[in-house]
Amino acid sequence: MKLAKKMKILAASVGTVATVAAVMASGPVQAQAKEQFFPSLTYRTGAYAPNGVPFGNGYVDYFKLVNARDGGIGGVKITFEECETGYATDRGVECYERLKGKGPTGATLFQPLSTGITFALTDKVFKDKIPLVTAGYGRADSVDGTVFKWNFPLGGTYWDAADILIQHIGKKEGGLDKLKGKKIALVYHDSPYGKEPIPLLQERSKMHGYELLLLPVTHPGVEQKATWLQIRQQRPDYVFLWGWGVMNSTSIKEAVASGYPREKMYGVWWSGAEPDVTPAGDGAKGYNALVFLAPAGQGQVHKDMIKYVYDKGQGSGKAEDVGEVLYNRGMVSAMMAVEGVKRAQFKYGKKPLTGEQVRWGLENLAIDAAAIKKIGFEGFMNPVGTTCVDHEGAHTGSVQAWDGKKWHITAGPYESDLQIIKPLIRASAAKYAAEKHVPVRDCAKDASS
Amino acid sequence: MLYRENGQFKTSYRADQQMLPILQDRIFMGLLLLFVFVGAPFIFSDYFFLSILIPFLVLSLAALGLNLLVGYCGQISIGHAAFMSVGAYAAYNLVLRVPQLNFLVALILAGLIAAVVGLLFGIPSLRIRGLYLAVATLAAQFFMDWAFARVKWFTNYASSGSVSTATIDIFGWQVNSPVRKYLFLAAVVTVFAILAKNLVRSHMGRAWMAMRDMDVAAEVIGIRPVYAKLTAFGVSSFYVGVAGALWGFVHLGSWEPLAFNITLSLNLLFMIIIGGMGSILGSFFGAFFIVALPILLNRAPEWLGIAMSTAMVSHLESMIFGSLIVFFLIVEPQGLARLWSIGKEKLRLWPFPH
Repeated sequence: MKLAKKMKILAASVGTVATVAAVMASGPVQAQAKEQFFPSLTYRTGAYAPNGVPFGNGYVDYFKLVNARDGGIGGVKITFEECETGYATDRGVECYERLKGKGPTGATLFQPLSTGITFALTDKVFKDKIPLVTAGYGRADSVDGTVFKWNFPLGGTYWDAADILIQHIGKKEGGLDKLKGKKIALVYHDSPYGKEPIPLLQERSKMHGYELLLLPVTHPGVEQKATWLQIRQQRPDYVFLWGWGVMNSTSIKEAVASGYPREKMYGVWWSGAEPDVTPAGDGAKGYNALVFLAPAGQGQVHKDMIKYVYDKGQGSGKAEDVGEVLYNRGMVSAMMAVEGVKRAQFKYGKKPLTGEQVRWGLENLAIDAAAIKKIGFEGFMNPVGTTCVDHEGAHTGSVQAWDGKKWHITAGPYESDLQIIKPLIRASAAKYAAEKHVPVRDCAKDASS
Repeated sequence: MLYRENGQFKTSYRADQQMLPILQDRIFMGLLLLFVFVGAPFIFSDYFFLSILIPFLVLSLAALGLNLLVGYCGQISIGHAAFMSVGAYAAYNLVLRVPQLNFLVALILAGLIAAVVGLLFGIPSLRIRGLYLAVATLAAQFFMDWAFARVKWFTNYASSGSVSTATIDIFGWQVNSPVRKYLFLAAVVTVFAILAKNLVRSHMGRAWMAMRDMDVAAEVIGIRPVYAKLTAFGVSSFYVGVAGALWGFVHLGSWEPLAFNITLSLNLLFMIIIGGMGSILGSFFGAFFIVALPILLNRAPEWLGIAMSTAMVSHLESMIFGSLIVFFLIVEPQGLARLWSIGKEKLRLWPFPH
């Protein structure tokens, strides 16, 4: 009798799986509507959720705002769907496959908010013809649009970030030549994200003669005792922090515990948001971080956000969190995507556009000061202008400091030194093209199409 | 009624020794293979291939490899993702540095390199056993993680430590679309599964099982522990190394050392525990359970038309997945493969239960 029961259970479970598989096997139903579909890869769970949640909220809230305030992009309604990646590359790829075919014209573009997922998707977007926008993260060499046709690291890369930080401390020391003999420690998340700045820091170290200490921290970064013991022994003059999620606040707490001055710590812009410093309490005072786009604060767009989205009860988060650093970054990322579509609509008409058409828009972005003011982002970003050769569009950044309650811009804006970065980008992109047999585009020829 | 071997007489040793002695099993297997190679490419969507079938096939192969060691030879290893990474990086470097090499050759060589590394880390098994051995195999995990993250040569000096692969080309046949990837994997996995099935019926497999059941007794009847244990480590690492190369080249396309971390090792172990230790079929059940179930659970609310926040869905996914693992282990501690064989036993008697 026991066996019979087991059999029943087995049959039932097999049946369920089969039904579900059958549902999955049937492809997406295509409904021709006047809609532009944006997938949203988020992480609202796991070790990186404190950062993923505000970013994800800002991202989808901006779409809601555009729908409510402007009636969509040029009359085309925005639709979106979230997919949880948990910052894991394999789930990110699954989400990509899940969402790429949705909507009347397929996914407009992807913004994975993870360098690991960016690396994995970079290979796929060539074939699927979907732009991959990584505003201020992703792989630095993808600036080179002649090789990375579908990647858009809009507004800054980690090489710019590292370059600007070196420039900043050089200025503080009274000239880049004063860096000779100094020690700079890079405390980094041991993943593609954390390793990205290393080539540039090494290049600069050759030029200026500072010593670079590389201190990797394994995922998720809550165990850093050994790292900070090394810092105590080696006494670096500066610490650069390339962390994400709980790793950032842990680092700051460890710095407090080991008595390392927070004034000499510089975080990349992903290590410079409220969830990174608040857990360390007063200890975080004086800690610095880089900003590319979107510092904390409120502007015209936030007023609109409260009026059109939050007052109607449509907001994804709490109204008081509107204006946090990561919320603003999510919003700016969504804004870049919307502007890319707007630009593409000039050329292709006000209708749902395919990823391929939006790619043209992203490659010909021209968001100048006037345009920034018009969309209400004054003070939250620098002008961005992309070309076929330069998919980044802006190379400026500032430095902000935490005073215990708020972030303040303390220095900048700096312009990253393209003389140093460009050859690195060329070399790395050329290597990728050779390894993957990717054809290199001729921009002069492509400009017309 | 249908599933009964009455009247199927074996008149030769050959017939007695064949892999599937019952006619109905042979028909079923034939139909299954027909479905896998002919039917499936027409039925499933690209999403289903890329997100479920391809990872399922690769991890079945890895689970199969681990099952040879843990299930058949009784040596616990919680460092098998390390051997996967050896296979993946070996294949990457072979393809990169010897471009004229056919991918199939590179795949086999990658497996062999993994086997050599597996043999090295298998040496402690000669002195220690059980949980102590498990701890020793952890060393492999951490050592490989360290080596591939720090020794730049392995990753061809990639700035971020992430490597990416070119499209596989086998005698001009480009493995570039989801269906082709699936067919390629299905072929490789079928070959390796048949090999494994035969291997465990051979003298080597019997030596492993004797070693698993009682090593002292096995030694007394003339089985050399050095030989049995080390071959198990070698063969198992070979399988897992091949799976690792496929995981990198066919499924991921580009990866970082984190792709082969301890979580993957543990997942492989869970696969064979849930699927069934010492069972080829169980490896497949286990892999399907671990790979596909979380994704199906994650997507279920959407199909059922229940609106839920993405965070809620992920939390539910973890909760239901966890409770299902417990449920299946309580219903059948010996794994899903045991349920399958109970099912077959029942079918033999059906419709007369006694």
